[in-house]
Amino acid sequence: MEAVIKTDKLTKRFGDFIATNNITFEVYAGEIFGFLGANGAGKTTAMRMLTGLSTPSSGSATVAGFDVYRETERIKKNIGYMSQKFSLYEDLTVMENIRFFGGIYGLSDKAIKEKSDMLVEQLGLASEKKKLVGALPLGWKQKLSFSVAVLHDPKIVFLDEPTGGVDPLTRRQFWDLIYAATSRGVTVFVTTHYMDEAEYCNRISIMVDGSIKALDTPYNLKREFGVGSMDEVFYKLAREARRSAD
Amino acid sequence: MRQFLTFIKKEFSHVLRDRKTLLILFGLPVVQIIIFGFALSNEVKNAKIVVVDYAKDDVSRQIMNKIEASRYFELEKRSLAHHEVEAGFKEGQIKLAVVFPANFGADLLHFNRAQLQVIADASDPNLANTLTNYLSTIVMDYQLALNENQAVPLQIGTEVRMLYNPQLKGAHNFVPGVMALVLMLVCVMMTSISIVREKELGTMEILLVSPFKPVLVILSKAVPYLILSLVNVASILLLSVFVLDLPVKGSVLLLFAESTLFIITSLSLGLLISVRAQTQQTAMLISMMGMLLPTLLFSGFMFPIENMPKVLQYISNAVPAKWYYIIVKSIMIKGLSLSAIWKETLILFGITMFFLMVSLKNFKIRLA
Ligand SMILES: Nc1ncnc2c1ncn2[C@@H]1O[C@H](COP(=O)(O)OP(=O)(O)OP(=O)(O)O)[C@@H](O)[C@H]1O
Ligand SMILES: [Mg+2]
Repeated sequence: MEAVIKTDKLTKRFGDFIATNNITFEVYAGEIFGFLGANGAGKTTAMRMLTGLSTPSSGSATVAGFDVYRETERIKKNIGYMSQKFSLYEDLTVMENIRFFGGIYGLSDKAIKEKSDMLVEQLGLASEKKKLVGALPLGWKQKLSFSVAVLHDPKIVFLDEPTGGVDPLTRRQFWDLIYAATSRGVTVFVTTHYMDEAEYCNRISIMVDGSIKALDTPYNLKREFGVGSMDEVFYKLAREARRSAD
Repeated sequence: MRQFLTFIKKEFSHVLRDRKTLLILFGLPVVQIIIFGFALSNEVKNAKIVVVDYAKDDVSRQIMNKIEASRYFELEKRSLAHHEVEAGFKEGQIKLAVVFPANFGADLLHFNRAQLQVIADASDPNLANTLTNYLSTIVMDYQLALNENQAVPLQIGTEVRMLYNPQLKGAHNFVPGVMALVLMLVCVMMTSISIVREKELGTMEILLVSPFKPVLVILSKAVPYLILSLVNVASILLLSVFVLDLPVKGSVLLLFAESTLFIITSLSLGLLISVRAQTQQTAMLISMMGMLLPTLLFSGFMFPIENMPKVLQYISNAVPAKWYYIIVKSIMIKGLSLSAIWKETLILFGITMFFLMVSLKNFKIRLA
């Protein structure tokens, strides 16, 4: 299988503190890769190194075949990113946000027009498209944010806790969007705290205190730990954590 | 390029949708023009004055010595011709000229009265007023001493002429000051806040993960504020022409060109702040403390720099607003052309380049 993300002993230190410690893994093209871990485990830190926002302290990694130290500009052309903070402009309308992000990714006016019509239709936002994003409910904001992150058809999309604080129904709809994206060939790298969502992933890794403690399909992990649910797998690993939740 | 335009359009939407920003942007100049309309009085030490002595007699020499002895004045012994005085003013070195007419001493002896002329550079009305008052006092003192053992009192008249600004309009002085202040405030505060806001909201991360070049992020932040600031310059000038009755004597084009330079200085300072500050409040505080105060203190607009201790005078040279203020005064009030202010322009250009380099270098492409 073709690996679109490869890391080898990837490490990030902040002074004496090691936020991400020697993590080594591969993500295959077209899969949904769940990146799990308790609060403060180092998920966001790892994701920021992969997206070129932060320089690793040591180790190596490639994303879409490009090196995270030297080729961040080329990585950027191949990825989409939805950060842990909500990150659309609340003082712009739905359409303005779509047009803006489509614009800075260099999409043509025609492509933006087509995609935004389709997207607004798909999300059921047709009647709100002239509304300011700030006025939308959180669930819709998150769905819009995801759609904007994959607007330019990236190879890989990084989602950092995309469903935080959203009700179960909306979370289901959100995952429908993720599946729709993978069916178009997008590889999904996603962090989450919800164990039911972990079950939706093709493979998952579980981070504890900066290190990857387990990595496999949900099925294999449950078998390996001799438990019936991802919840229990996670609990078994995470209770060893020393880092206090923040 | 298209990406760039998309970004600029978005910046304009932010500004135009935020009432607070709009208010600061366009309310500020109006409020400041009104506030600074109240002139402030200044005390002056060691102002340079020049003597044009056509008399060359004992009396003129004695008065000259008196002036020289005063702690207020620094006498230039250069004896300029009458018409060279104006050139001296334009250079900005000399604030006051004293003219003794040819028969000054003789008139005083034969007719018991003589007239001397004082010409002041009134482009700074407070300073001009203070200086001429001091000078008249010195002449009065001399006259009193002279009359102590005189049967018939002798009279020395002082005829005062204010050059450039005969009505001593304060506006002449504060309009350039307000321009420096408003541009500094608007540009530094607005750019730093708008960049820091993106950091705070998390959208900066999204921008930095996109293929859009970080340097373009900065440029697209700068362009709207550059344009809005030029609109601001225009509105201050319109206010000054139509409300304060104060014409622009020199080239309006030159004034806008110099303003653009100063706006770029301020924008790079704002950028520099945005690199350091993590929250909008911090950005605002640093802009206020770090920019507004030095601009008020050291631009020469509220407090004459000539009066300050030497150390502060040196410091003032590093304040861009000081040079911009001199430039605007020269163009607006004295009607000078670039050839007269190229030195100030060059200094301002140097400062701008310095800040621009430092801030571009400091703007991190990666967040950590
Ligand atoms: N810039 C930084 N400087 C110092 N420490 C940092 C920095 N960024 C993150 N950390 C620390 O690194 C650790 C890992 O943080 P990270 O944000 O990667 O965790 P996370 O797994 O994403 O947690 P959460 O689920 O809460 O988002 C935390 O203890 C955090 O305090
Ligand atoms: Mg995180």
